[in-house]
Amino acid sequence: MRVPLSWLREYVDLPADVTARALADRLTLAGLEVETVDELGSDVKGPVVYGRVLEIEELTGFKKPIRHCRVDVGDANGTGEPQEIICGARNFAEGDLVVTSLPGAELAGGFRIGARKTYGRMSAGMICSASELGLWDDHSGIIVLPEGFGAPGEDAIGPLGLREDVLDIAVTPDRGYALSLRGVARDTAALYGVDFRDPADVAVAAPTGEGPAAEVDPALCDRYVLRGATGFDPGAPTPLWMKRRLHQSGVRPISLAVDVTNYVMLELGQPLHAWDRAALRGPLRVRAAGAGEKLETLDHVQRSLDPDDIVIADDSGPVNIAGVMGGLTTEISSTSTEVLVEAGHFDAMHIARASRRHQLSSESSRRFERGVDSAVQLVAATRAAELLAELGGAAVETAYTHIDRTAEREPVTVRASHAGSVAGVDYPEGTARTWLRRIGCRVEEEGDLLRVTPPSWRPDLTDPNDLAEEVIRFEGYENIPSIPPRARSGRGLTAGQRLRRAVGRTLADAGYHEVLNYPFVGERDLDGLQLPAEDGRRAALRLANPLNEEEPLLRTTLLPGLFKALARNVGRGFADVALFETGLVYRPRQGAGRAPLLPVDRGPGADELAEIDAAVPEQPRRVGAVLAGDFERAGWWGPGRAATWADAVQAARDVARTAGVELEVEADQHAPWHPGRCAALYVRVGGERLLVGHAGELHPRTVKAFGLPERAAAVEVDLDRIERARPPVVAPEVSTYPVATQDVALAVDASVPVGLVSAALAEGAGELLESVRLFDVYTGEQVGEGRKSVAFTLRFRAGDRTLTAEEAGAARDAAVALAAERTGAVLRG
Amino acid sequence: MSAPNNSFDPVEVTPLHPDEVARMREEALAAIEAAGDLAELKEVRLAHASDRSPLALANREIGALPPAAKADAGKRVGGARRDVGQALKARQAVLETERDERVLIEERVDVTLPWDRAPRGARHPLTTVAERMADIFVGLGFEVAEGPEVEAEWFNFDALNFQPDHPARTMQDTFFVEGPDGGESGLVMRTHTSPVQVRALLSRELPVYVVAPGKTFRTDELDATHSPVFHQLEGLVVDRGITLAHLRGAIDAFVENMFGAGLRTRFRASYFPFTEPSAEVDMECFVCRGASVGDPDAPCRTCSSEGWIEIGGCGVVNPRVLTAAGVDPEVYSGWAFGLGIERTLMFAHGVRDMHDMVEGDIRFTSAFGSEN
Repeated sequence: MRVPLSWLREYVDLPADVTARALADRLTLAGLEVETVDELGSDVKGPVVYGRVLEIEELTGFKKPIRHCRVDVGDANGTGEPQEIICGARNFAEGDLVVTSLPGAELAGGFRIGARKTYGRMSAGMICSASELGLWDDHSGIIVLPEGFGAPGEDAIGPLGLREDVLDIAVTPDRGYALSLRGVARDTAALYGVDFRDPADVAVAAPTGEGPAAEVDPALCDRYVLRGATGFDPGAPTPLWMKRRLHQSGVRPISLAVDVTNYVMLELGQPLHAWDRAALRGPLRVRAAGAGEKLETLDHVQRSLDPDDIVIADDSGPVNIAGVMGGLTTEISSTSTEVLVEAGHFDAMHIARASRRHQLSSESSRRFERGVDSAVQLVAATRAAELLAELGGAAVETAYTHIDRTAEREPVTVRASHAGSVAGVDYPEGTARTWLRRIGCRVEEEGDLLRVTPPSWRPDLTDPNDLAEEVIRFEGYENIPSIPPRARSGRGLTAGQRLRRAVGRTLADAGYHEVLNYPFVGERDLDGLQLPAEDGRRAALRLANPLNEEEPLLRTTLLPGLFKALARNVGRGFADVALFETGLVYRPRQGAGRAPLLPVDRGPGADELAEIDAAVPEQPRRVGAVLAGDFERAGWWGPGRAATWADAVQAARDVARTAGVELEVEADQHAPWHPGRCAALYVRVGGERLLVGHAGELHPRTVKAFGLPERAAAVEVDLDRIERARPPVVAPEVSTYPVATQDVALAVDASVPVGLVSAALAEGAGELLESVRLFDVYTGEQVGEGRKSVAFTLRFRAGDRTLTAEEAGAARDAAVALAAERTGAVLRG
Repeated sequence: MSAPNNSFDPVEVTPLHPDEVARMREEALAAIEAAGDLAELKEVRLAHASDRSPLALANREIGALPPAAKADAGKRVGGARRDVGQALKARQAVLETERDERVLIEERVDVTLPWDRAPRGARHPLTTVAERMADIFVGLGFEVAEGPEVEAEWFNFDALNFQPDHPARTMQDTFFVEGPDGGESGLVMRTHTSPVQVRALLSRELPVYVVAPGKTFRTDELDATHSPVFHQLEGLVVDRGITLAHLRGAIDAFVENMFGAGLRTRFRASYFPFTEPSAEVDMECFVCRGASVGDPDAPCRTCSSEGWIEIGGCGVVNPRVLTAAGVDPEVYSGWAFGLGIERTLMFAHGVRDMHDMVEGDIRFTSAFGSEN
């Protein structure tokens, strides 16, 4: 809502020294957020004066017709002689009163006026157009003033209103009343404690007879006014002051009839419609649109109407989408002499839905959906008709239609001290009553209680807290004291929350950079992962309104985002990159129904919550990582070490270790990993083995699809499952007896996973074993074709004695025996 | 030599002969003097001052002497050993000084050589800033609550007093999730962290003091100041006798801990369906502290010379929200706030462009380390 300050001052006795910026600050703190203060014309400098065109000489021989004018500017030019000015406009005649800027003047935008030779003549100044003066957009020629506007030589800057401060207010959805000068003025007056003159506080004479016939569905419209103006002169111009105010308020001047309806809307907040009455057929009906009805609206769009739309219809069918936009065929035209002004109070929710359905947000719909005064319609329609009479020579018809089905508002009962107890401030007695009356409420006192009937223009005031807000904002939000909250001692972060932080630090310490990718993916990404048709990760939720039509799905895996971020970094010149992300993926539940909309007038029951839970998708928390290039760099110390599948698996182990969990690793074949270099990762929860994810080198097709460096590796694990596997930690007994170390080299079939051998050794070694660690893998002639040698260090230690060589040897033999039994391992000599 | 000998003349016990003691002493002192470095001196110490050195062995013989001779021999040998000990100590000091001055210098390396063999990564600053923000409130006794990112419309809107056709519902440009058959699912990408308020009230015992950091989603195209995915920190307190003053206290604690002491805050009346009364929260610009207002010669880039920085929205929990969450608004009241995490990061660390926070460029994260 744009509010010219001089217009506002018509209704508020604002002290003269209150600047626009000071007012803007006060309004902003009180809930009418002033986004900008436009100081229109603040850069305009005189002399800009009235001039009378004395003589026009048409110059010929140029590309366009040019006029050389002699203009009487009084003695504003210092000589009293007529000013010689070249002018390209043609919409004026000798004797016209015009606006002249003289040399030395500066117009809006730093446009300096001088004297110069042009078209072979001297031109000392400029005859101005409305656009050049910053009044409104008009490129049809210069501005010709009505007779009597001023005398040649007199300053025009002030009287034309070139200098104006305009407040641009971002009105919140609850404060529909502030979409009018009237509403902003009322709050302003209250803030400054000065008088407010309500432009709607005028008496309207009772109708002298029946107005135009109208039939109104009371469920759609509870007040409806039709007022005729007859004998209107369609050629009458809109006066300068009105055009200027419309322009300053952000509304384009069009024609007198339209301008008047817009002007009254800005003034009173009531959207109006003006029809060419001659184009209407029969009585008007305010009703729901019928199925299949259509209407071409003023914006030349043919619209199919919905049975939820409110329409105004005549015998020919719908002529308006009520409160949203008028129809084209009944529009006021340049020949309309019979004008019918409509002011309705239409149901806000219907207008809101219609506006969204037709993707048509108009000045009218914006006001209706935020709430329009339900009592102002007669005043508004009358005001418009009277302006048409005053400015367009029409006669206001004294018979009119006024259908009033508004209901009396129910009062809100509230404790007088309520606002204070919400704010935490001990307001003096009577504070609430004073402010509520100031904004137009009727307040009756019953002991400690106030019975408050909000005014017709405040449909937003329905609850005690709404009233408290009004009191507090006028008392000043800035005067609310600051008292530290007094929470009970909390339990701190949960184990899971701490684990997430620790996992992030672990991976960062290991060389990975955290990224936060968007969760939007497309079929192409899933194809790039080489997912088979039946893969569960293809069952992704779909957005109804994605930002990018190529990425309408919600991720079921973190990998595509990580791959793209990796490729982006590589593209920016970083060959060695390791990235990780912790975040949710979205897995729809099979057979999930629509999430219900529960009642809000009570808390939900357990069964209702269960119904919602069943519809909300599973959203497990994952950790993913991807790496490429050298994981350890080359340098003066020697060569680098390329990132491999093993680093990816180790990242998973590190993540699990952070939680105190050991992973079980098995070979697997799983997209998007290289089928020979893919590890499935498991944890134990209770007795159950639970898959937590995969790691390894990526499939070459995936590498190609995402433009990754060759041999890139990746991992993705389910952090929630790892967390579930967290064992309780029991402190070990730390033995101070010496260690007995035994190395064993075992020959096994090349296909035997080391993990199996290692597990067998650990199990076979018994409880004296402290650790088992692989230190070498060897293939070659000495072990033979299809075989490999794996060498382990076994460390034994007892808690109560020094182990003898025999004890350690026996334990080693037991370990080897089990490895032999399980994996066919043969001890090498 | 050390074998028992019961019939001897002390003077005849060769090692204890005064000349012999003097010779051993001289030999030791000469060797000490000749030691060229600490390693050689260590050898000399072994040869002349250890338990098996000639003087030490001679000392053992004293015990076998008749009492009359013991004192004299002891004095002689002891004096020699003392002299050797002192000479060693003195030479040790000299050689150590020499080593310090010469040898350690020769062993010099170029310590400016890089050792970025396995460079560290970094956590994302949005993660760490969110943790810092949450920790401020955890320090005040709050707990951290969570909720799903794909959320039921009822939690995201209806329970928060967004009425079905109210314009407020369209203020937040919402991603809607399609149902399995292309119809409505009743699900949205949550447009704010506020649904966690309702989940917290439904799942926790009263009173509730929680913050909920998390991802939120709106259909804004990515540009310098907008992103379709962004982060908020929600705060919620529901207790008996809670007022706006306590809310202001919590906001002040946050501003002081995050941006520095002594910064003023202010509330501006505003509107959110789930709070009534509602306010926007500004804090005094921590860079210019308002000095740039009206001073074109000293503009402030942080606050655009406004003097105030908007950090979030807040208000008294609308009693209708309490009702929808099964809490009796006649008994309990509360407040809630929402702070922008991107905004906080932008201000706290001078991040200028949203792109930097979403693109995952390692140069950006590197600057922050893993705890910032």
